[in-house]
Amino acid sequence: MATFKFELVSPESILFSGEVVSVIVPSVEGEMTILAGHVPIVAALKPGIVLAQTGPGNGKEFFVGGGIVEVNQTALTVLAEQARFLEDVDNDVLDAEILTAETRLAAAPTEDEQRRLRELLIQLQEFKGVLQQRKAA
Amino acid sequence: MPSLKDLRNRIASVKATQKITKAMQMVAAAKLRRAQGAAEAARPYAERMETVLASLAAGVAGDGAPRLIGGTGSDKVHLLVVCTAERGLCGAFNSSIARLARDKALALKAEGKTVKIICVGKKGYDILRRQFDQDIIELVDLRGFKQVGFVNAETIAQNVLARFEAGEFDVATLFFSKFRSVISQIPTAQRIIPAEIPAGTKTTDAVYEYEPDEGEILDVLLPRNLTVQVLRALLENAASEQGARMSAMDSATRNAGEMIKKQTQLYNRSRQAMITKELIEIISGAEAL
Repeated sequence: MATFKFELVSPESILFSGEVVSVIVPSVEGEMTILAGHVPIVAALKPGIVLAQTGPGNGKEFFVGGGIVEVNQTALTVLAEQARFLEDVDNDVLDAEILTAETRLAAAPTEDEQRRLRELLIQLQEFKGVLQQRKAA
Repeated sequence: MPSLKDLRNRIASVKATQKITKAMQMVAAAKLRRAQGAAEAARPYAERMETVLASLAAGVAGDGAPRLIGGTGSDKVHLLVVCTAERGLCGAFNSSIARLARDKALALKAEGKTVKIICVGKKGYDILRRQFDQDIIELVDLRGFKQVGFVNAETIAQNVLARFEAGEFDVATLFFSKFRSVISQIPTAQRIIPAEIPAGTKTTDAVYEYEPDEGEILDVLLPRNLTVQVLRALLENAASEQGARMSAMDSATRNAGEMIKKQTQLYNRSRQAMITKELIEIISGAEAL
């Protein structure tokens, strides 16, 4: 099967880089599946799940908190504002993280710190929402 | 000829200094590892962002281009964002960035352009203040932050953006030090407004589709790119600073070691000379009896 290069990059790290068969991305206008030889496209992403198919029955799932996807003839690049492996998290982990963020927000001394934590909290809640939607589906 | 006591004091004080520089070197080494990791992790994102932007920008070049890519159409007023450290004792790190900024500012002034400066970090401000006191419009203080992060970059980028919207300047350049290795940091000037399209990126002849439309994506992407470039500058700077401090403190420790060696030798020589002298005095006294 035809493969192409897929890269998922967040400001903190490169989460994935390699050959894939297909990638499903949550664009703002609905989910898109991208196969090799897709028309060059640039699309904005909403918070959701990126599914990269590396082979038959072999996939990797990532959560992205919004960003941009760029497809050209040879490669697909997702620039995510926030990204992590889906397998690293479940509802309990998320709940725990939200709780820590909330306690730290309550104790945050500076305005900048508060703003940062508030943003983190929104991210986590979005992530949780996405996860629950997925479970329901 | 210094007395023995003087020599002893001198050795003790150099030893104390050596201990301090040694400790600073080790602290810098530990901090460097973290800063270097952060800087290197941030690199791919900034680079990909640049390439995406470059291919986008190639498509929209012309009259209808957003001002963050196309510029304001003039280049009368230049903004220099000079990122340096908050602390000294790190070799030529601060002064080499400041020198690059100063040369640029002087060159621009010679061309009859107006220069405005935002200093990020106190040390650069201290150096540039002497020459460009009226041109410095702001000093961003990062002393309260243990590790610079996205929030800092965002604050700075938004500040710059607000000034741009208000028409305060036409071209913005970012000055920082690129981290190459512990012994090599390269002071760099990077134009951020209008966005610099790296030469050599082959513009793909493919026409992109946009979803939603082009303008909307660029509206999000351009300010974001600014933040990312500032963040990269701050992280590279943090790593460079620690690297520079580490090598500066390393050579300081070595120099102190050499000094101690020399002084100890001198001390031992004069001590022996003294003993010999006293022996001679005793012997010649005994012979005289």
